[in-house]
Amino acid sequence: MSGPRTVALAPDQTADPPRTASPAVAAVAPPAGTGAGRTRLLRSKALRRLISPVILLALWQFVSSAHLIPASKLPPPTEVWSTTMSLITSTSPAYGSLQGNMLVSLERVAVGFACGATVAIILAVLAGLSRLGENAVDPLMQMLRTLPLFGLIPVFIVWFGIGELPKILLIALGTAIPLYLNTFSGIRNVDAKLAELGRVLHLSRRELLGQIVLPGALPQVLVGLRQSLGVAWLALVVAEQFNASAGLGFMISQGTQFDRNDVIFVALLVYCVLGLLTDALVRLFERRALSWRRSFVAQ
Amino acid sequence: MASQLRSAVTMRRGEDESAALPVAQVRGMSRVFGERRVIDGLDIDIAPGEFIALIGRSGSGKSTLLRALAGLDREVTGEVIVNGTTAVAFQEPRLVPWKRVAANIRLGLRAPDPQAVSSAALAEVGLADRANAWPLTLSGGEAQRASLARALVHEPRLLLLDEPFSALDALTTITMHQLVLRLWRLHRPAVLLVTHDVDEALSLADRVLVLSGGRIGYSCRIDAPRPRDRDNPDLITLRADLLAELGVTMEGIK
Repeated sequence: MSGPRTVALAPDQTADPPRTASPAVAAVAPPAGTGAGRTRLLRSKALRRLISPVILLALWQFVSSAHLIPASKLPPPTEVWSTTMSLITSTSPAYGSLQGNMLVSLERVAVGFACGATVAIILAVLAGLSRLGENAVDPLMQMLRTLPLFGLIPVFIVWFGIGELPKILLIALGTAIPLYLNTFSGIRNVDAKLAELGRVLHLSRRELLGQIVLPGALPQVLVGLRQSLGVAWLALVVAEQFNASAGLGFMISQGTQFDRNDVIFVALLVYCVLGLLTDALVRLFERRALSWRRSFVAQ
Repeated sequence: MASQLRSAVTMRRGEDESAALPVAQVRGMSRVFGERRVIDGLDIDIAPGEFIALIGRSGSGKSTLLRALAGLDREVTGEVIVNGTTAVAFQEPRLVPWKRVAANIRLGLRAPDPQAVSSAALAEVGLADRANAWPLTLSGGEAQRASLARALVHEPRLLLLDEPFSALDALTTITMHQLVLRLWRLHRPAVLLVTHDVDEALSLADRVLVLSGGRIGYSCRIDAPRPRDRDNPDLITLRADLLAELGVTMEGIK
């Protein structure tokens, strides 16, 4: 394999697996019709998305190793990694364990998101399907939308104390608003001609909702869902930095107190990963649920 | 004025389908859009199993009448009685894009074995192999055939066709005409076909009605056996008459 470069790029070498990561070789990969060719193409696409994060990581390590920025301001990746490992393997009195904090945070997001999403969908259906509902619900939601979410924290603490409730409520509220707005507009944008078809076919109200209105609004609902999940994680960090005794936000505020930038970075990176994972989950669902549309785009 | 006062519409969508009853009876129907009286005291009777083509210039109220018969327009005045079930095939096929073709056929269908019914209906329109396709992957002609199948599974006594072929190319339209006639003979619904195409009306219908000034301005019966030859001298005369009724002469527009 140490031959001249021109030989490595010759057509008979294109099957060489490590080379498929490079776009230039992926372009001359076997025709997309073959199964192997297609998976390889997909894999190389996924790999290409990793290029920029990897470069960023390398840059970060370089900056730290060259002492361009002191470790107290920006801990090097190696240090963040070892801190991560020690937070996973041991439970420190100051921070708890990483996985324990993650579980607490995940639970808060899940409960808050579930509550917020349920309320948002119910309200959006009410507002979307009737003028009365729209007049009753929409002005309130539009008002809430303009409220700065985090400005509510002091009020929530006064009202609900410092337990779980204000944290969950904050996440629920942050989740509900983008989901409501998108679901409402999704319902309103369902083709009126299909609603008319429903009348001609004598669909019951339930059938109309379940087979025409909601599936028709789904693409927009999913846009709202992704926005909501983003806000949910955001609200979580903020909520957990006030009077929490566990969770990722708690780790960050403890790290601030004890001047441990590496711990803060671990928590922030875990946020990133969890945010990416939940987004990937929605995308996966989207691919399945909207396959009728994908087949159209693929034409 | 009288028809304005009698503002309640009678819509009887009974299950009474005894063969003698007319499929539809319309008396003194009117429909006003703003200042315009699009339909003005219109009368029409539709007998069981008859194939009617309704033609008229654009904006003459053809679709308004069809929508009233379909029960889609609640603001018509006068008397509109429809005896038995109706089904509609629209100008655009209106297939629900997130339901596969077979599921579209079954939409709203109350039958003991909907699966079997939809398969049979798709086979009838030559779409058996497209049952699992997404509607957005169908061609225009295929989508319109699916739409016809969906209308027919309800075994309508009155089949309303709202310019269903106007967006199709000429060759597809010819095959669609043959298909509609075959399905009509098979199921024997009364058909009201709204169209702006005089030749389409002449080749398909038992009776051609011209809508003008908000009423049926002209009506003629065609007894020529199908398939009809466009060069049939009777049809040529009739075509000229119909075009004249629509305000078109060989020299141009009156």
